[in-house]
Amino acid sequence: MQKKLLTGPYFLNGDLACAEGALVAGCGFFAGYPITPATEIAEHLSQRMPELGRIYVQMEDEIASMAAIIGASYSGLKAMTATSGPGFSLMQENIGLAVMTEAPCVIVDVMRGGPSTGQPTMPGQQDVMQAKWGSHGDYGIIALTPASVQEMFNLTIEAFNLSETYRVPTLLMADEIVGHMWEKVVIPPPEKLKIVNRKKPQVSPDEYRPFQPDDDLVPPMACFGEGYHFHATGLTHDESGYPKTSSSKVQSELVNRLCQKIEKNADKIIRCEETMLDDAEIVVVAYGIVARAALSAVRKARENGIKAGLLRLITLWPFPTEYIGKIAKRTHGIVVPEMNCGQMVREVERAAKETPVTFLSKLGEEPHTPMEILEAIKGVR
Amino acid sequence: MVLETAHPYSKYLRAEMMPHIWCPGCGNGIVLNCFAHALDELKFDLDKLVVVSGIGCIGRTAGYVNADSFHTTHGRALAFASGVKLANPELEVVVISGDGDLFAIGGNHFIHAARRNMGIKVLCANNLNYGMTGGQQGPTTPLESFTTTSPYGSIENPFNLVHLAAASGSTYVARWTTLHVRRLTQSIKKMLQKKGFSFVEVLAQCPEIYGRYNKMRSGLEMMSWFKRASVVENFTDPSKAEISADKIPVGEFVDVEKLSYEKMLHEKISKINERAMEMVK
Repeated sequence: MQKKLLTGPYFLNGDLACAEGALVAGCGFFAGYPITPATEIAEHLSQRMPELGRIYVQMEDEIASMAAIIGASYSGLKAMTATSGPGFSLMQENIGLAVMTEAPCVIVDVMRGGPSTGQPTMPGQQDVMQAKWGSHGDYGIIALTPASVQEMFNLTIEAFNLSETYRVPTLLMADEIVGHMWEKVVIPPPEKLKIVNRKKPQVSPDEYRPFQPDDDLVPPMACFGEGYHFHATGLTHDESGYPKTSSSKVQSELVNRLCQKIEKNADKIIRCEETMLDDAEIVVVAYGIVARAALSAVRKARENGIKAGLLRLITLWPFPTEYIGKIAKRTHGIVVPEMNCGQMVREVERAAKETPVTFLSKLGEEPHTPMEILEAIKGVR
Repeated sequence: MVLETAHPYSKYLRAEMMPHIWCPGCGNGIVLNCFAHALDELKFDLDKLVVVSGIGCIGRTAGYVNADSFHTTHGRALAFASGVKLANPELEVVVISGDGDLFAIGGNHFIHAARRNMGIKVLCANNLNYGMTGGQQGPTTPLESFTTTSPYGSIENPFNLVHLAAASGSTYVARWTTLHVRRLTQSIKKMLQKKGFSFVEVLAQCPEIYGRYNKMRSGLEMMSWFKRASVVENFTDPSKAEISADKIPVGEFVDVEKLSYEKMLHEKISKINERAMEMVK
């Protein structure tokens, strides 16, 4: 049996680091369904959550898990689920519900190889477009992606903070390697960590309009049992929360706000890591485990006299289009290695405009080697 | 002289959501009325009530009740409600939804919520078809009934919902029709006072759609069928309570006490948490 919240250095795998990050972030409710390679998150939390007086429940499937965390979120708890590709597909329906009802929650997808049952124990980065476009309709969403076990811990906390700030489901898109590899993680003492909680209504129940946004486009959130007697629905609704399904004005205002509360706050949300970018003529854009091979490749390129740099994406969505556009203007070419058949590269191409983009695909078992990425860098010249 | 008086149950309803969407002759208004009546007789604390529904005609009830309410995706009301109840067991969580929502697309969630004995109360309006989408065959459509998607007569065996609920572990199971307003209200009251998973089925007429295809074109004609065919069979074997054209077995079928899931969960959490905290000291 563990102590309360952990503090100090630990040797963990990514899934465990994610679970401990959730605990530190204040996650009060976890609902899940076993699936490789994310099961360790559920197993660990099934032990740890009760120790801290919090709730773990295993639901009948991923659809129910996603629905349950929305319910728990509306009951006032920070809530999370964790899954992999097949479960992520099942969750899309209720991710849409969480978007529409602006329920803060965190969904972890430890990505394996797909489509379908695919490769349960092998890594992939094939769900990154699904993260943005997986549920029907238009909406804004936040997706983060870690490249180390430490970052799996950090970004889980960040995901909770962003989700509470913007009342939006926030996705942590990890690949199987980051989920399963073991590394040192340093857990700071609680007072050193920034923890964000959703803003609450400052008006009486009579005056409260549950979907009336503040200037940041985010409405304060009342929860069940607080006396507000509010209604929330997956139907198109106005600020009162009541359905208004045949008004083009209401539909347009609501859907645009759901998109813009992320887009207009994108500068505050987006995080990237730059390595040797200042004078770079060739830039590698990578994320997750692949970014680590890319870093090695960029260093080797420099040793060979090639001015290469690395832009590591930490935020996948909202996508840093403008930022990459600026970098692209001063570079000869961009290399995008991904463990899929070409997903984020489409966004990079859109941002890069005339700057040529080389895509490097890898599927199956291992991520790209530094040498493979180095060859692609050399190919740009 | 015309007296302006408020409806006795108006405090349980959201006036701004009226008029409701239901067709003339529909049974859903009776279901909502009985629910409000039950709340009133119990002097229910509306601050502690959460009404959750899925998709369908009766699913709009969540929006009509003046409490915290949530209208989920199709079939997911019970999964959502499970999260609500576990996160805050002080809340009284009532799922009001239809037969298609709860037993076709949501069937898996129903059996598992009942199996776990989640302390959620389910009020199911069974209208024998998918009314909202215009009258398609559903999991309770009687054999040889006509619907827009069984134009030659249905060849699917319908669910016997009280049997399904009992077999899945419900601590309270009853079936009435919209004709049985007093007994239905009493059953809803009883359900609201149960600790564990509880289920009340109401056979609710859908004359505009189901009735139109099956030679019962008015609400009254459908209720005449309920009157003619209903037989009160309290605490008989729910497996034998199948609905047919000639017989609608109604009554209470199950009434037992079992420790609810949330009670067991929170007791366990307290124990483990206490032990963990002692180790920290």
